[in-house]
Amino acid sequence: MIREFSSADVTFIVLAVRWTLILSAIAFAGGALGGLLVALARTSASKVLRRASAGFIQVFQGTPLLMQLFLVYFGLAVIGLPIDPLLAAAVALTLHASAYLGEIWRGSIEAVPSGQTEAATALALSYPHRMRHVVLPQAMRIATAPTVGFLVQLIKGTSLASIIGFTELTRAGQIINNATFKPFLVFGTVAALYFILCWPLSLMARRLEARMRLAVTR
Amino acid sequence: MTQDAVIMRAVNKYYGGFHALVDIDLTVRRGERIVICGPSGSGKSTLIRTINQLEAIQSGTIIVDGVELTAWGDNVAKVRQDVGMVFQNFNLFPHMTVLENCVLSPMKTRKIPRAEAEATARHYLERVRIPEQADKYPAQLSGGQQQRVAIARALCMKPRIMLFDEPTSALDPEMVKEVLDTMIDLAREGMTMLCVTHEMDFARAVADRVIFMDKGVIVEQGAPDEFFGSPRNERLRNFLGQIA
Ligand SMILES: Nc1ncnc2c1ncn2[C@@H]1O[C@H](COP(=O)(O)OP(=O)(O)OP(=O)(O)O)[C@@H](O)[C@H]1O
Ligand SMILES: [Mg+2]
Repeated sequence: MIREFSSADVTFIVLAVRWTLILSAIAFAGGALGGLLVALARTSASKVLRRASAGFIQVFQGTPLLMQLFLVYFGLAVIGLPIDPLLAAAVALTLHASAYLGEIWRGSIEAVPSGQTEAATALALSYPHRMRHVVLPQAMRIATAPTVGFLVQLIKGTSLASIIGFTELTRAGQIINNATFKPFLVFGTVAALYFILCWPLSLMARRLEARMRLAVTR
Repeated sequence: MTQDAVIMRAVNKYYGGFHALVDIDLTVRRGERIVICGPSGSGKSTLIRTINQLEAIQSGTIIVDGVELTAWGDNVAKVRQDVGMVFQNFNLFPHMTVLENCVLSPMKTRKIPRAEAEATARHYLERVRIPEQADKYPAQLSGGQQQRVAIARALCMKPRIMLFDEPTSALDPEMVKEVLDTMIDLAREGMTMLCVTHEMDFARAVADRVIFMDKGVIVEQGAPDEFFGSPRNERLRNFLGQIA
């Protein structure tokens, strides 16, 4: 039975935005923590940590996000956890974000002049103090624009969670389209909603980047 | 305490296959002022950077203030609290004010309360003659002022030894004197100093001993009079001819 595309359908789609946002927020928060650890490991003095984190980054940057989602989704069952689309999507996207943010932040940490670390070391500051008070605050300024840029990618990336059956924005659109068969209307609405989420962020990333360039040339 | 400030015995340092320091033996007495000079790439920076272990050595012994630098334990951390360092490029922390630069390590490493750390910082900023710049950011200062902040920042840790790596080479000529004057003050107060510099007037004025390095080796050393007056080594004579 094909029915009309009603305002209730629009509401359904708009409300699904919250799951896209929740999933993005979880993945970004988890990815920020994971990414910081990966970036610190990548720039550490320990060869083992550097190798391990480089391997982690290569695996997650070198395989499609969709495969990562499948592997985590079916992998949960293998280790005895319930098959839960939100859990699977959150774990996979967190790992994915950890790898990408780790790589972005590694670059930012390395962009801080080595003289800063040397001066901090010569002042007898310990590694945690050096990082927290000297290196990371400077790296953060360099990292802000690309980090916001990645957040946009991540929000769009959550749409893949629809394939393992998690009802976020994209899957909400599929459900409504199956009932109404108005693909242009339905997916046009869905796309517009993604755009409303992402466009301000893209704009912000561009502004931040311009400001960074100014700061560098000053 | 009568022990020597720095003792280096048979120290060797390699960068990969490159032999940067060759069998260095050097004893620095407490309160002694040493100037190190030599051609570019001769290992001057490397030598002083092994003293606070910014560079690790491959063989030999380094004892700073009676504490041996070892790869294990917290000896290196202890030694770094006792050894201040000033760099060619100042290396102030650009995201912190002058005062914050000065109190960071005293508060975090020595666990000194903020009020006391700030009082100490203001005292040393006074001594390097820039007390009025305390709340500015490094980028707002001239090169000479930045370098004096860097000296004050190192002094805030109350070090017993100060290392200087070409502290005036990055400065415009008119700012060299203000930094050298600060260093001369410090020398007069009895600070143990190792200075890599090509400012030979400074060496004549304050050095107890001048050391000439070439290709990772200490080639010649002596009191300024004999060092400059009657250099024995041929390479040193050439070098002094070049920089004069
Ligand atoms: N991190 C490093 N890796 C490899 N080689 C290095 C490194 N640091 C220094 N060297 C080499 O070691 C040698 C000594 O360097 P060092 O910086 O101690 O010389 P220097 O006497 O201070 O020279 P300059 O007057 O140019 O500062 C040089 O040949 C340099 O190329
Ligand atoms: Mg040097």
